[in-house]
Amino acid sequence: MYRYDEFDHELVHERVAQFRDQVGRRLKGELTEDEFKPLRLMNGLYLQLHAYMLRVAIPYGTLSSRQLHKLAEIGRVYDKGYGHFTTRQNLQFNWPKLKDVPDLLADLATVEMHAIQTSGNCIRNVTSDQYAGVAQDEIEDPRIISEVIRQWSTFHPEFSYLPRKFKIAVCATPDDRAAIRVHDIGIQVVRNASGEVGYEIYVGGGLGRTPMIGKKLNDFVPKADILAYLESVMRVYNMHGRRDNMYKARIKILVHEIGAEEMRRQVDAEFAEVKKAGHLELPMAELERIQAYFAAPEYETLPEVSPEFEAAKKADKDFANWVRANTAPHRVPGYAIVNISLKPNGGTPGDCSSDQMDVVADAAEKYSLGEIRVTHEQNLTLANVKQSDLHALYQMLEANGLGTSNIGLITDQIACPGLDYCALANARSIPIAQQISERFQDLERQHHIGELKINTSGCINACGHHHVGHIGILGVDKKGVEYYQVTLGGAADQQTAVGDIVGPAFTEGEIVDAIETIVETYIDLRKDGERFIDTYRRVGVDPFKETLYATH
Amino acid sequence: MQLIKKGEFVSDSFATVEDDAELPEGSIIVSLERWQAERDSLSERNTPLGVRLKSGQEPSVIADDLDKFAVVALEFPAYRNGRAYSYARLLRERYGYKGEIRAVGNVLRDQFQYMIRVGFDALEVADNITPDIYKRAVGTFTHAYQPGADGSVSVFSLRHR
Ligand code: SF4
Repeated sequence: MYRYDEFDHELVHERVAQFRDQVGRRLKGELTEDEFKPLRLMNGLYLQLHAYMLRVAIPYGTLSSRQLHKLAEIGRVYDKGYGHFTTRQNLQFNWPKLKDVPDLLADLATVEMHAIQTSGNCIRNVTSDQYAGVAQDEIEDPRIISEVIRQWSTFHPEFSYLPRKFKIAVCATPDDRAAIRVHDIGIQVVRNASGEVGYEIYVGGGLGRTPMIGKKLNDFVPKADILAYLESVMRVYNMHGRRDNMYKARIKILVHEIGAEEMRRQVDAEFAEVKKAGHLELPMAELERIQAYFAAPEYETLPEVSPEFEAAKKADKDFANWVRANTAPHRVPGYAIVNISLKPNGGTPGDCSSDQMDVVADAAEKYSLGEIRVTHEQNLTLANVKQSDLHALYQMLEANGLGTSNIGLITDQIACPGLDYCALANARSIPIAQQISERFQDLERQHHIGELKINTSGCINACGHHHVGHIGILGVDKKGVEYYQVTLGGAADQQTAVGDIVGPAFTEGEIVDAIETIVETYIDLRKDGERFIDTYRRVGVDPFKETLYATH
Repeated sequence: MQLIKKGEFVSDSFATVEDDAELPEGSIIVSLERWQAERDSLSERNTPLGVRLKSGQEPSVIADDLDKFAVVALEFPAYRNGRAYSYARLLRERYGYKGEIRAVGNVLRDQFQYMIRVGFDALEVADNITPDIYKRAVGTFTHAYQPGADGSVSVFSLRHR
């Protein structure tokens, strides 16, 4: 993975010093909370319902064992012994004290980490595929360009006071695990007819109260031009994005209002000028320097099938279930990709205790080249595990509450913090996810249901990505009572779609039964091998409406 | 308000003139509207002239007139409104403007360094800003990942020198 050089270190240390000064001014009363707010927001520090929350950046979701151990320690020292992984591949601490935050940031800096641009109206932490570097059909490791973008967007003087926050995601396989079409900019790494690698660009996707799917603005931007192109999109947005209404300020609204054609025309005109000026060309030597950090490790030559592994699966049924749900094929024979579920039965999606972080960090050190990835579905991934080590790894995880076998299944849910933590919430999200998790806890039943994504948000801001859940649940407030509106058919993959509202909202007492009705309806309707989403795409919303509202 | 120009605290030799006020002698800064309405008479004056652009008035509208202006003042109606960062870069990089680009309006100390990097060389700041505060603010970060319109070189390039 990428390692800081002197320049990267210097910037992060200078940032810590700057923030220490700002916090000092606040604590001495030289700054009011109002004046301090924009400054702390630039550094991922939010004031939540009960306390400050600090969001730590995990660029494109990649962590070393050393970094994860440090996060575990920070969780113990400054928080209540745990952290929360988010849908942006970041980590949140929910209980730090303001006076401690500069020290916390200094601790992070010792392991090349920070909280820069994890909030505020700037370019946020760039996200990518958790299977980067190991996916079978990958064109090129998406973390190379992600790291370039991380650096280019850090303290960008022109784009730090945008109309609204700005999110970029990168993906390099036909299977989109990074949800690029629901980002402000989505980048698909592609190869053109002459074999050159470059970038296909989507602009104007996003969730929130006006969900939109990104429009393709460019089929192929060559490598050397990518920063010039991104800068052109950003400049058009910075100058023309709306600033009169925060709900209309995202780039998706600009693209929607002027149309994709006009947006493309403006960006192309800007791009032509920026290229003419020339100084934003990405130096190839720099690209190569960064690329070298992501070179494939030296894999052992292993047999396609490991006999120990096959034997262990036969002997240990729970292990076999875990392998089935939680592992994915690796591009090198004899290796596997392992997903660690942070969705235990009845737990809070994405929560991880400091002790568990240490376990995962140790497991990565021992079995996966010392590297961990965070997924936007709030799980963790060990990308380079030998098949012959899988059983030992499973036992280690299982012994520490990390062996849940539900990746991609109905209890592998995304949920935002909701009313338990968030000042903007209409309704609770986590307890709903927990109830669903308990209702469907039987693993055999989960496998029988198959791949199904349930996403829950506590309000229209959609941090829980409910629009793109196969089943989406949105908390709404009706005269002070929490209700839950259900959408069906959403997806964030290469067939991105916003879910359809199924009908009137449900009460807290009804919602889990409603989910069960939807699942049963699907099972009655499905044809051989159809996933929930396939069946839904075939039959539409009506059969679900009938069963749901006939019983109410 | 005080004016910091190329790092020095200086007295402002320009008078900013309201649209309905009579034009005084000496150096003046007028609004874009006034420039457009009175360009002939304004061009005939023999004293330095500046123009002030509001957020939403893009520099392309004065691109052909830039040799007439000693100052282009760009307004920040709120610190959150970052349009003028792009305007300053366009003036320097695209239109080759060499005169003074002045930041006016809601200009916070935590923004000074970014403003200078995009091409501002004059900042109109609150009275509580001291030379010491200014120096610390613009020295917050030694290097930047981006090439600056102030001539600073990006880390991407510095690494390969
Ligand atoms: S979706 Fe709403 S309730 Fe949930 S975290 Fe976002 S703002 Fe808070």
